[in-house]
Amino acid sequence: MSFTCPPTNSPFAASISLVDLVWGYCGILSLGHGAFFALGGYAMGMYLMRQIGTRGVYADPVLPDFMVFLNWKELPWFWQGFDMAWYAFLMVVLVPGVIAFLFGWLSFRSRVTGVYLSIITQALTYALLLAFFRNDMGFGGNNGLTDFKDILGFPIQAPGTRAVLFAASALMLALGFVVASAVVRSKLGKVLVAIRDAESRTGFIGYRVEHYKLFVWTLSAVMAGIAGALYVPQVGIINPSEFDPAASIEAVIWVAVGGRGTLIGPLIGAVAVNFGKTWFTGVLPEVWLYALGTLFVVVTLFLPRGIVGLWGRVVTRRAAPAKEVDGSGRQAGEAA
Amino acid sequence: MSFFRLFTIFFALIAGFQPALASRVADTDLSSRIAALGVGGFDDLEKAIANLAASGDDRVPAILDRLGNGELTVRKADGLVFFADKVGTDFRLTDPVTGVDAGLAPKATVEKVKVNNRIRRAIASAVGALTLMSPDPAVRRTAAEAVMKSADVTALPVLERAIAAETVADVRAAMVAARATALLASDAPEADKVTAIAAIADIGSRDALGFLSGYTSTDGAVGDAARKAVAAIESRLMLWDIGQNLWYGLSLGSVLLLAAIGLAITFGVMGVINMAHGEMVMLGAYATFTVQETIRTSWPQLFDYSLLIALPVAFLTAALAGILIERLVIRWLYGRPLETLLATWGVSLILQQAVRSLYGANNREVGNPSWMSGSFALGEIQITWTRLWIILFALAVFLALIALLKRTRLGLEMRAVTQNRQMAAAVGIRTPLVDALIFGLGSGVAGLAGVALSQIDNVSPNLGRGYIIDSFMVVVFGGVGNLWGTLVGALTLGVANKMLEPYAGAVLGKIILLLAIILFIQKRPRGLFALKGRAVEA
Amino acid sequence: MTDKAEGSLLYLDNVSVSFDGFRAINRLSLVLEPGEMRAIIGPNGAGKTTMMDIITGKTRPDAGDVLFDGSVDLTRLDEAAIANLGIGRKFQKPTVFESHSVEDNIALALKGRRGAFAALFHRRSAIEQDRIDALLATIRLSDKRDLLAARLSHGQKQWLEIGMLLAQEPRLLLIDEPAAGMTDAETAETASLLKEIAKTQSVVVVEHDMTFVRALGVKVTVLHEGSVLAEGSLDAVSANPKVIEVYLGR
Repeated sequence: MSFTCPPTNSPFAASISLVDLVWGYCGILSLGHGAFFALGGYAMGMYLMRQIGTRGVYADPVLPDFMVFLNWKELPWFWQGFDMAWYAFLMVVLVPGVIAFLFGWLSFRSRVTGVYLSIITQALTYALLLAFFRNDMGFGGNNGLTDFKDILGFPIQAPGTRAVLFAASALMLALGFVVASAVVRSKLGKVLVAIRDAESRTGFIGYRVEHYKLFVWTLSAVMAGIAGALYVPQVGIINPSEFDPAASIEAVIWVAVGGRGTLIGPLIGAVAVNFGKTWFTGVLPEVWLYALGTLFVVVTLFLPRGIVGLWGRVVTRRAAPAKEVDGSGRQAGEAA
Repeated sequence: MSFFRLFTIFFALIAGFQPALASRVADTDLSSRIAALGVGGFDDLEKAIANLAASGDDRVPAILDRLGNGELTVRKADGLVFFADKVGTDFRLTDPVTGVDAGLAPKATVEKVKVNNRIRRAIASAVGALTLMSPDPAVRRTAAEAVMKSADVTALPVLERAIAAETVADVRAAMVAARATALLASDAPEADKVTAIAAIADIGSRDALGFLSGYTSTDGAVGDAARKAVAAIESRLMLWDIGQNLWYGLSLGSVLLLAAIGLAITFGVMGVINMAHGEMVMLGAYATFTVQETIRTSWPQLFDYSLLIALPVAFLTAALAGILIERLVIRWLYGRPLETLLATWGVSLILQQAVRSLYGANNREVGNPSWMSGSFALGEIQITWTRLWIILFALAVFLALIALLKRTRLGLEMRAVTQNRQMAAAVGIRTPLVDALIFGLGSGVAGLAGVALSQIDNVSPNLGRGYIIDSFMVVVFGGVGNLWGTLVGALTLGVANKMLEPYAGAVLGKIILLLAIILFIQKRPRGLFALKGRAVEA
Repeated sequence: MTDKAEGSLLYLDNVSVSFDGFRAINRLSLVLEPGEMRAIIGPNGAGKTTMMDIITGKTRPDAGDVLFDGSVDLTRLDEAAIANLGIGRKFQKPTVFESHSVEDNIALALKGRRGAFAALFHRRSAIEQDRIDALLATIRLSDKRDLLAARLSHGQKQWLEIGMLLAQEPRLLLIDEPAAGMTDAETAETASLLKEIAKTQSVVVVEHDMTFVRALGVKVTVLHEGSVLAEGSLDAVSANPKVIEVYLGR
């Protein structure tokens, strides 16, 4: 697994199972979860930058190198406090959480659904991409944050630290899995599926659909943020390309390949697609985009329930009739 | 200083076209004035130039031009001044007045009349002053504007005479302005200078502003008047700036309209989310490139028509690609928009890589035909022909589409199918064919957009990626299923973007706009011109 | 608001709504007493479904009063709030949660706290289980409780939806064409089930099927072009010349 799927991808995979929580279980297709991942990553990156201290190129005890380079004299207000680990870790949760909450609160309350929501999640991550590219935003522009030295006092490159980080990612993955399955098994999970299958019916029996969506949306954003925070110290850099709208869409295909509406599916999909990516880019780099593109088409056309669904069909023949697990079917009429 | 060089050549040429109406002095008079050019230092030369110019003879500009080029020499033997053309190591001498050949002279026997920048300036203004007397009003006007730029005090007497003789009103106004700038530079009384400032302020151009701002720090009445005039011009230019930004905004809006209008059909009318829409635009741009390359190599004389030839090619290429995508992928996914979104995203990856394999990853150069290059000024607004044509093209495409949907049988069937598929099928419309045609139409229009975008953007495999989010924003903002909404949406977003830019900067302006649209969609999920009713709320 | 609203369960006065210039509901007035069962009939496009949309908060009226229980203004509330007040609705096309089992469908509809966090930590109690069992028995789906709702027949889905409605324990049930697509036997059974329900709760039934309306034997309101055309017993409205014209005249 360490060869097929780089360990650094496991936090990403964890966040992907959360994309599935909103898409597979609730029918909201987010094409912007990369943004929450990146926000968590930046919060962690800011902490790691402050830990560099005087070891930077310009040896400024407070200002990160890029700020010295930009001739800034003092730390911007939003960088205050990131030298404290507890504060930074709090922000890892709060920043994606609050942004997701506000975005979701506005969207779900005004019944923005289906493809409209998907498109504005793209717009959100695109806007953030542009914003983080700007030098004067104070996040290092297109170079992002890098050259980290240590985390919680341990040298970040040391094999021991890396092992612990990897273990933390695995733990996080397991934890994400436990939380997600607890959510899915609860009555709340059943309400989510109910919303996916018949949104207005759920409202007419008295459930505030927007509250449920908001809950699962914010939860998934927070977990994506935590995943981003674990990812950054392992790869040693965070830059605006994590906000690339294309990256968010690519992550969705992991879910689709594995099988949405299941918890294990996204993990299988993430491993499978990344194995393919590693293999192709190594052997036939030209062919990788053809393969990925074809994967998108083939999976949506022929494998609507992904690998897990295929497996299910093979193992048991008494599966439910091939009912589309797609909460968006109803909106077809609206959009037309 | 090459500017003055060109400038003198220019006037010399123009002067040369008017021999019949020209004014002349006696050859001997002219010769003696020319002879003075060869005597003494730069100060003497400057005086001699002024003296020569004062003759008003129409042969003078050509002589001064050659002086500026360093082609006037003094024959050491008699001190006479000749035109000198280098022949080997020797010089062929020509009499400047009569044009008589004065034979070959070895290099040692002649001496070049040296010029420096001060002399070149003197030449320029002398030529300017001379041309002020030209019989052609256009020449006089350009000459007046040139004097105004140089603010040459020595031109004042000529200007006075020219103004007195001038009959064309706007040429006279230009001369009055030129006199005013010269006057300001001179040691005229303060009251005259204040009047002069008022005259310059009336022009209100950027040149006038640049000139006057040189006097704002002056004390006394002149400074006061200059400061007031600068403020007045600036506020006037600010209006022009708004006009210029409005133009940029319309230009951007027309690009957005072109990119989004095809989407307004496939997404807005059919309800199909085609993430490969941007790639249809890209295909159109590459079709343009291919057409132009073919023309460049085989029929270069047709180059100016290459875009016109590319239009149908791009339309058909993209339309065909669109129909293939619809038949092979999208039709299996009707009613499942989120899956359509993912599948077409996959198609977009394949198309990008295909183009990369065929044409390489680098940007391809698509040339502007001659009728699309260059620009002109409308008041203080700079308008490039490319942008103007694209705006007109976008509107033409838009109106053609409206006409197609409203007036043709195909349009009727399209509307029937999108409103009630079962009913349309029941009355005998072949709905799968119509689906494919609508999708082909939307894609083809995207291909047309590619032709236009090839003129202003890099033709690369990523061309489409940059427009897809913007296009969706335009369609959603304008209101799905409403082409007029798309028009208003595109122009509004274009203008808003360019109006924000001067205050927020390009990137921040775009971010603000994106966030504004996100908020807007929350408020009005169905866009500006939303359809309302039971049907859409089902 | 007015004296007339006093004591009524549902009170609509002068309600109008239009879509793109088309008046779907035109100065509609309707009063329903507590415990009353009412049948609403009318040709297609008479505004029956739109009226239901207005009562349940899906559509906001342009003008007019919609009061529940004599005082609660329904036009200010959203669907969920109205549902929690005690108004249940069954759609024309049976809408159940197809990926859930029959039992889960009922469990989700069961009266209780509707908050997201309450749902997250909810554990099904013995009382709730008894109630679910009783409801399954009422709608005759006890033996299909573990089946996915998607696998039910059309008639069974209609019944499941009615069961879900009952699970909400509403004070007012709005039922849109319950007999559509049912066999004669099923239709008769549905009529008797509704009559049973009407003993304890108020019911508004929208129906095309005259045999079914006759079987219900209740007061009938005839809607036409968004307003009330006639009201009274089925025999009385059937004899009304205006009703005859609307139904047969064209």
